[in-house]
Amino acid sequence: MDPILKGRNLVKRYGRVVALDHCDFDLYPGEILAVIGDNGAGKSTLIKALSGAVIPDEGEVTLEGRRVRFASPNDAREAGIETVYQTLAMSPALSIADNMFMGREVRKAGIMGKLFRQLDRTHMEQFAREKLNDLGLMTIQNITQPVETLSGGQRQGVAVARAAAFGSRVIILDEPTAALGVKESRRVLDLIKDVKARGIPIILISHNMPHVFEVADRIHVHRLGRRLCVIDPRDHSMSDAVAYMTGAKVPEGTLTPA
Amino acid sequence: MSSDSDHYETSVRERREEAVAAFDERDKGLMGRFHHALHVTPALVPLIVLIASIAVFGLLIGDRFFSPFSLTLILQQVQIVGIVAAAQSLIILTAGIDLSVGAITVFSSVIMGQFAFRYGIPPVFAVFAGLIFGLLCGLLNGFLVSRMKLPPFIVTLGTWQIILASNYLYSANETIRAQEIEAQAPLLQFMGTKFTLGGAVFTYGVIFMLLLVLVLAWVLKHTAWGRHVYAVGDDPEAAQLSGVNVRGTLLSVYGLAGLICGFAGWALIGRIGSVSPTSAYEANIESITAVVIGGISLFGGRGSILGALFGALIVGVFSLGLRLLGADAQWTYFFIGLLIIAAVAVDQWIRKVTA
Repeated sequence: MDPILKGRNLVKRYGRVVALDHCDFDLYPGEILAVIGDNGAGKSTLIKALSGAVIPDEGEVTLEGRRVRFASPNDAREAGIETVYQTLAMSPALSIADNMFMGREVRKAGIMGKLFRQLDRTHMEQFAREKLNDLGLMTIQNITQPVETLSGGQRQGVAVARAAAFGSRVIILDEPTAALGVKESRRVLDLIKDVKARGIPIILISHNMPHVFEVADRIHVHRLGRRLCVIDPRDHSMSDAVAYMTGAKVPEGTLTPA
Repeated sequence: MSSDSDHYETSVRERREEAVAAFDERDKGLMGRFHHALHVTPALVPLIVLIASIAVFGLLIGDRFFSPFSLTLILQQVQIVGIVAAAQSLIILTAGIDLSVGAITVFSSVIMGQFAFRYGIPPVFAVFAGLIFGLLCGLLNGFLVSRMKLPPFIVTLGTWQIILASNYLYSANETIRAQEIEAQAPLLQFMGTKFTLGGAVFTYGVIFMLLLVLVLAWVLKHTAWGRHVYAVGDDPEAAQLSGVNVRGTLLSVYGLAGLICGFAGWALIGRIGSVSPTSAYEANIESITAVVIGGISLFGGRGSILGALFGALIVGVFSLGLRLLGADAQWTYFFIGLLIIAAVAVDQWIRKVTA
C-alpha cells in the first residue's frame, strides 16, 4: 500500500535554527498516525509544512502520489486536508453553523444567491446538524447558539466535526485533548475513532502517551527536526516511546529506520 | 503494556450515557432567558432605551414632542450622524475605529460643491466625484490598516488631520451659499428634498439613512461577506485559519465606510442647504457615541447595525426633548455621557458567557 500523504527530505530553516532537518513522513490510508516528540523537536513545523501554513525550503510533499505545493492553508483545504488547530480557530460570537461554514459558505440558488449573494441558511444549518448528529454530538438541536456558550469539549467536538465534514483525504489534529478534562478527553478520543471508522486517515499530534497508545496505529517519533523512527504501539511501551523521543534510548526493531 | 494502565479510565468509560459533549439546555430562569435574548439580539437594549426615552419625554412635554412633526424632526436632525454611524458600525465590528469619518464627510461635500461651482462640472459628475473621493479616502485607511498593519486608531487619527487640513486648504474656507446652489446646481441639495405624510416630514436623506441601515443589516446577516466582517472582528487569527480573507475583508470594510461617508457628505448639503467646510466636524465623535450607545462592542465582532441607528436616535430624542423642556444644552451632553458608560457596562454584562 502506498502512503496517502508523503513527505520527503523536508527542510525548513528559521535563520540559523533548523526546524526540519531532511525529514521524512508517511501517512497510510485509513490509519491513525500519532506524531510525538519533545518540545522544540519540530513537530509543529512538520505539521504546518503538511497543512500549508509553512512552505518548506526543500523537499517535497505528495498527496495520493501527486506532488503538491501548498502556498496557504486554503490550498491544503481545497486538496482535502483539514486541520484542527490547538486554538480551534473558531469565532466565539458566531453560531455553530456559521463557524462550520466559515470561509466556504453556501449561497442560495437562483437570483437571491447569485445577484444578492444571500446565504442558504437552511441548507447550512441542516448540514451542520447532520454532521454533528453523525458524530453523536447533538442531543438538543440548537445549531444557532454561539460557540462561546459551549464547553471546551463541545468546542473541540464542533471543530472535529467541521474537519470531518470537509476533510475528504486527511485530518490533522493538533493536541486535541491538551486543554480538556478526563471525561471530555474521553469523548474526543471516541470521536477520533469514529472519524477513523469512516476511513479518513488522521494525523494526531499529542503529548499524552496514554491517549496516543490508545488510538494510534503507528507512532512517528520526532527528534531534532527529523523522524527518529516509527513504532508500533503494540510492540513498544510508553516508557520506550518517551525514551526514544528524549534520546535516552536508541530504537531497534522499528517499523521504519531513520 | 500492563493491564493496569489499560483500565485506569474504566469508570469514565462506563458512564458514557452522560454524553459529555452534548448540547443540553437547562432552564435558566427569567433573568437567564432575558440575558440570552440580549445575547442573541444585541439591538434590543438600545431599542428599549429609545422607546422608554420617547415615552418619558412624551409624558413630560406632551403633544409638542409626541407629534409626527417633532418625531420626524428628530430623524432629520440625526440623518447625518445616522449615516456616518452606519459606516462607523462596520469598522467597529471589525474591532477598528475610524476617527476620519467626519473629515471625509465634509471634504466630500466640499468637493461636490467646488467641482460644480469652481470648475463648472455638471452637478451629476460633481456628486459622483465626491462619492469617489469618499471611497478613495476609505480605501487609503483600509490599505494602511490591512496591508501596513498599523492600528486603526493611529491611522485614522492621522488621516483625520490630513483630510480636514486639506479640506480647509482646498476650499480656502469658502462657503457656497444655499441660494446659489438652489439656482445653479439643485442636484446637490437633492437629499434635502422634503415630502410630507400626514403631519410627518421626511427628506430623501432620512429615507436614505433608513434604507442604508436596513440593507447593511441584511447584508451583515445574510451574506458571507457579512459573516466575515463579524469573524474578523471577533478573532482575526481564527478567521484567517478558517479560510477568511482577512486583509480583503478589512480593505472592503474601510472602502465601503468611506463611500458611505461620501453619501453622508451629499446628505449634509441637503441638510444645511449650503456647502460649508466647517460643518460636520464632530461627526466622528458623534458617530462613535451612537455606535456605543447602540450596543456595538468596541472590541469588535458583536452588535447590530440597527443598534447604531437606535443609538443615534436616542441622542436625537434627548437633545430635542431637553431643548423643548427648556433645559441648558449641556444637560444633553451630561445624559449622553451617562448613557455611554451605561451602554458599555451593559455590553460587558452581555458578554459574560453564562447564557
